[in-house]
Amino acid sequence: MMEIFGVPLPVLWAQLLLGLVNGSFYAMMSLGLAIIFGLLNVINLSHGALYMLGAFFTWMGLNYLGLNYWAMLVLAPLAVALVGVVVERTMLRHLYRLDHMYGLLFMIGLSHFLEGLMRSFYGVSGKSYSAPAALSGATDLGFMIMPNYRGWVVAASLAMCLLTWFVSERPRLGAYLRAGTENPKLVEAFGINVPRMVTLTYGFGVALAGLAGVLAAPVVQVTPMMGANLIVVVFAVVVIGGLNSILGAIVAGLVLGVVESLAGVYYPEASATVVFVIMAIVLMLRPAGLFGREA
Amino acid sequence: MRAATVVNRRNGYLLAAALLLAAPLVFYPLLLTKVYCFALFACAFNLLIGFAGLVSFGHAAFFGGAGYVGGYALATLGWPVELALAAGTLTGAAMGYVVGLLAIRRKGVYFSMVTLALAQMCYFFYLQAPFTGGEDGLQGIPRGRLLGLVDLSDDLVLYYAVLAIVAAGYALIVRTIHSPFGQVLKAIRENEARAVSLGYDVARYKLLAFVLSTALTGLAGATKALALGFATLTDAHWAMSGMVILMTLIGGMGTFVGPVVGAFVILLLESKLDEIGDFLAELTGIDWFHAFGTSVTMVLGLVFMVCVLAFRRGLVGEWIRWRARPRGKAAGAAAAGGAAGAGNG
Repeated sequence: MMEIFGVPLPVLWAQLLLGLVNGSFYAMMSLGLAIIFGLLNVINLSHGALYMLGAFFTWMGLNYLGLNYWAMLVLAPLAVALVGVVVERTMLRHLYRLDHMYGLLFMIGLSHFLEGLMRSFYGVSGKSYSAPAALSGATDLGFMIMPNYRGWVVAASLAMCLLTWFVSERPRLGAYLRAGTENPKLVEAFGINVPRMVTLTYGFGVALAGLAGVLAAPVVQVTPMMGANLIVVVFAVVVIGGLNSILGAIVAGLVLGVVESLAGVYYPEASATVVFVIMAIVLMLRPAGLFGREA
Repeated sequence: MRAATVVNRRNGYLLAAALLLAAPLVFYPLLLTKVYCFALFACAFNLLIGFAGLVSFGHAAFFGGAGYVGGYALATLGWPVELALAAGTLTGAAMGYVVGLLAIRRKGVYFSMVTLALAQMCYFFYLQAPFTGGEDGLQGIPRGRLLGLVDLSDDLVLYYAVLAIVAAGYALIVRTIHSPFGQVLKAIRENEARAVSLGYDVARYKLLAFVLSTALTGLAGATKALALGFATLTDAHWAMSGMVILMTLIGGMGTFVGPVVGAFVILLLESKLDEIGDFLAELTGIDWFHAFGTSVTMVLGLVFMVCVLAFRRGLVGEWIRWRARPRGKAAGAAAAGGAAGAGNG
C-alpha cells in the first residue's frame, strides 16, 4: 500500500475529506463575518451562537414539526436570518455611531444570551439527527470510500460560497455595498435605502451561519455550546484571510480546514493549535492578512 | 474648594478602608476573597480598555495560566506563597509580552480578535500540557503560610491577606494612571496619530501597558488559585474574558472603582441566581425560571446587552456623572475632564 511519510494513502484521503468538510464550515462562517464586517463594521461575535441556532432550529423542525431535512435546509437559515434582522433593527442599529468596541461587546452578550437560553431548555447534552436517506451511505471513488453526506456538505458550501462571492462582485451590487461602507450619507442621497441594505446584509450574513449549522448538525453533536468553540477558530481564519476580503475568507477557510486535519494525522497534539500558530506567523509577516488590504 | 476636595477624598478612602475591613461581618469571607481576585483582574483589564483604549479579548489566558503556574508551584513544587504568587505574576507578564508584541501590530477590532485567537491557542495548550491536569485542572492547592509567618488556612486570615495583595495591585494601577506614563496612554487613546507626531513611541507604550495589565492579571489569577484551592480550564476559557469585560462594563469603564463594583455585583448575582430563579418561578408559576441557576450565561448575556445598549457608563460612571451634574459652569467642565479621577475608593 502506498504511504506518504508513513501514513497510508486511504487514511490520508479520508483525513483530507474531513479537513475539507471542516474547511467548508470555516469558509461559510468567515464569509458571513467578512460580509457583515464589510458593511456594518461590526465583528459578529454571535456568529457561533447563530450557527448553533441554525442546527437547533433544524432539530426542532424535524422533531416538533415533522418537517424533513430539505425543508429545514431552507427554513432554518431563514429563521436565523429573521432573528438577525430583529436584533439588527431593534438593538444593533443604535450602536453604529459609537465606538466599534460597543458592537463587539453587544455581540458577546447576545451570544451568551442565546447559548444560555438554549441551555436552559436543552441542557448541555447533545441532540443528534441523522443525515437524510438520500445522502446516507457512501460512494466508492476508486481511491477512497466517500461518505455521501460529507461530499454533499463540501459541494453545497462551496456552491454557496462561490455564489455569494459572484454576487458580491457584481458591479452594481458590489458598488452599492462598498459605497455604503465608504459614505452612507451620500449613497442615501442617491436614493438608496442604506439602512435596509445594512439590515439585509446582516440577515444574509447570519443566514450563512445558520446554513452552516444545518449542514454541520448531522456530522457533529448539536449542543448549545457547539458554536462557542468553532467561532474562535473562525476568527483566526478571518484574521489570516484578511477581514475585508470575501475571497480571502473562502480560501483561508478551506485551506486551514485541510491544514488542521493533516496536522491531526502527522502530529495530533498540534491539530487544535496549528491554525493559531499560522495566524501568529501571518500577523508577523502580513498584518493585514493574506488577502486583505491595510485599512 | 480644593482643600475640601482633598478632605473629601481622604474621608472617602477611610470610609472605604473601614468598609472593606468590616465586610466579612456581613458576607462570607470566601465569597469576598473571590470577589477581590476578580476585582484585581477587572482593574488590570480596565487599565487597557478604560485608559489605553485597547480591548483585549484574551485576558482569560493570562488569568488561567498564572493560576496554573501558581497552583503548580504551591501544590507540586511546594514553593512558599510569595514565590508562587510572584511566579504567577511573572507568567502573566511574560505571556503578555509575547501576545502583546503580536497583537499591538493591529488596531481596534483586529486587536481584539488577535488577542482572542492567541488566548484560545493558550487554552488548547493548557488542555494538553502535563502540568495543568487537563480537564480536571489542579485540585487541592494548599494555602500555606504568607511570608512563612501567617497561616492562611483560616478563611478570615486569608481574606485580609488577599485584601492586602489586591489593594497593593489597585494602588499600583491608580499610581500608573496618574503618572506621566498614564497621561501618555490617555493621549494615545484619544488621538494616536497626534501622539505619534509628538514623538512618542506608541507601540512601546501600548506594549508596556499591556504587560503591566497582564502581570497584574497574573497576580490575580495566582491569588485566586491560592485562595480557592483549584485552577481549572474555566478560568482560561474565552467566556472568562467576556466575564471580565462585563464586570468592567457594568462597574464603569475608565473609572478606578468601577471594576471592583462590577466584580462584586456580577459574582453576587451569579451566586444568588438560582435563588432568584426559584423565587421568580414561585412568583409566576413558570417552571422555566428554575433553570436560571444552571444557565447563568443567559442572564449575564442579557445584563451585558442591556449595559451596552442603555447603560454604557456603568454604575460608578453614572454615579460620578450624577455627582458632577452641572450646578455651575465650572463643575461641568471639570467633570468632563476628570471623570476618571473622581472615583473615591
